[in-house]
Amino acid sequence: MSVLSIKQLSLSINGASLLDDINLEVASGEIVTILGPNGAGKTSLLKVITHELPASTGEVLLNGHTSQHWSQIEQAQMMGVLPQHSLLNFPFSAAEVVNLGRTPHDTGLSRDTEICQAALQAVDAEHLRDRAYTQLSGGEKQRVQLARVLAQIWEPSPSGERILILDEPTSSLDLAHQQQILATASDLAQQGCAVVIVLHDLNLAARFADKIFLLSCGHIAAQGTPEQVLQTAVIKKVFDVDVHIIQHPETGVPVVI
Amino acid sequence: MNRLAPQKLIISLIALLLAAFVIAIISGPTSIPLSDLAALVSSSAASDNSQHTIIITQLRLPRALLAILVGAGLAVSGAAMQGLFRNPLADPSLVGVSSGAMVGASLMIVAGGSWLSSSSSLSLGTVAIGAFLGGVFAAILVYRLATSPNGTSVSTMLLAGIAITALAGALNHLLEFYTSNDMLRQISLWKMGGLDSANWVRVQVAAVVLIPVTILLCRYSKPLNALLLGESEARHLGISVERVKRQLIFLVALGVGTAVALTGLIAFVGLVIPHIVRLLIGPNHRYLLPASALAGAILLLLADAVARVVIAPTELPVGVVTSILGAPFFISLLRHRREYGME
Repeated sequence: MSVLSIKQLSLSINGASLLDDINLEVASGEIVTILGPNGAGKTSLLKVITHELPASTGEVLLNGHTSQHWSQIEQAQMMGVLPQHSLLNFPFSAAEVVNLGRTPHDTGLSRDTEICQAALQAVDAEHLRDRAYTQLSGGEKQRVQLARVLAQIWEPSPSGERILILDEPTSSLDLAHQQQILATASDLAQQGCAVVIVLHDLNLAARFADKIFLLSCGHIAAQGTPEQVLQTAVIKKVFDVDVHIIQHPETGVPVVI
Repeated sequence: MNRLAPQKLIISLIALLLAAFVIAIISGPTSIPLSDLAALVSSSAASDNSQHTIIITQLRLPRALLAILVGAGLAVSGAAMQGLFRNPLADPSLVGVSSGAMVGASLMIVAGGSWLSSSSSLSLGTVAIGAFLGGVFAAILVYRLATSPNGTSVSTMLLAGIAITALAGALNHLLEFYTSNDMLRQISLWKMGGLDSANWVRVQVAAVVLIPVTILLCRYSKPLNALLLGESEARHLGISVERVKRQLIFLVALGVGTAVALTGLIAFVGLVIPHIVRLLIGPNHRYLLPASALAGAILLLLADAVARVVIAPTELPVGVVTSILGAPFFISLLRHRREYGME
């Protein structure tokens, strides 16, 4: 059964159509990447997936049920969401920020501390644990926020399979940390967690995604494996740029140049 | 980061509160020796009617208790508002409570003054009721203005609060303009805030409202911590954001409305106490809320003691003292804010 299943979704706000006829399935253990130019509707789609915006028509099912079926706590135990920007401007320590990820759980202080420590390790940020969040660099903040979301869905939920949603998680990271964050997402997928990532970097998407959905003007322009989607004609049509696509000499995935 | 352990701060604050309580009881125009206080406490049946016993039981004790309740209520409300608005400079007056209360009180002084003798306890009671109604009405108005079918917008609420405060200020000036000199003085004394009207009835009213409000607000630490991340993040962490907002605003309007009704406008406690506590132990509301309540109670107790002593036998308005005591401390903390991770 799909962890996330979107059927004939459309979204319009004040008469403007933002999303149209979106069908999307994410299975357990699968990494799905959403690509597309600015304004294609990527963020709107994430907002509908996370139940921040109600769908105008169609339905969004989490583990086979609409959002009405799940309590807010149950949903928080299954779905971790990393937003693109963080508003936090109070001087929590990094460890306190990560610990906020345990808000929907009742596992007790010692287990929470263990999980937060492990989550900080997973994003290579243990050394930041006692630093004030407000004094971290942009990339450090993003890693600490990711650790918070990882801590939130660290353990399997009794209600259903987990899903991790990342909105441009690599935007302010250096190369090494970009790779590391996506490798962490892959590890989580190995445990059965579904992963949805909005990315801008086509090559990162090609390397880590099982499936790519290419959005353009609110509808799905192309979908499938990286090989199926990343083709010269498709990219020319959606992004209006001329590219060459070659095969990576070792991994065989497409590389866009 | 250079912070105190929160548990240590809370224990020190409890000790300080006890010390401040004793100081508030023994100091005043008539200073009472500690031995007399000890004698009064040990022979708990208040059989002797010496002058000191009367001063303590009828004047200073209710006054000190009222200071504790109002100080704690104002400070914890301020901490909750700062968390809800994600703004360390927010205070309860932002939701219009204080300015609404001011108009309510002025209306009662002006309208009531013509048919009530000005100093009777009845008229003080009607001023308090006017202040409470005005405060709660303004908070409801601000909340309604900021609420649309999509939820309550915190930034709209901030702006609506400013608009209502401006409107209330204008109404208040209008009342002052048309009133007599005598009432003008009453209004402006009330605006400065004071505990001189303390009696056991007021302590009872304060206890019935402010103790539950303070305890309930202290239980919102989890949602308030999550809200600091942002509203949608809090929602993703399983917090019912709209419900929490509604409940917090109701509790703050009730608490601040009651505090203002009983003691007038006491500036500074709700704004600066949480800020100082946050600089000392960090923003975790689990400790911030109770520590703010304790620190607010201490500040108001000491400020009131100072207000009674400095120009005895006349009293200064306590709001003036809270500002004079607190502002320099606050400024020195601001100057060292980098050490506390505030930038």
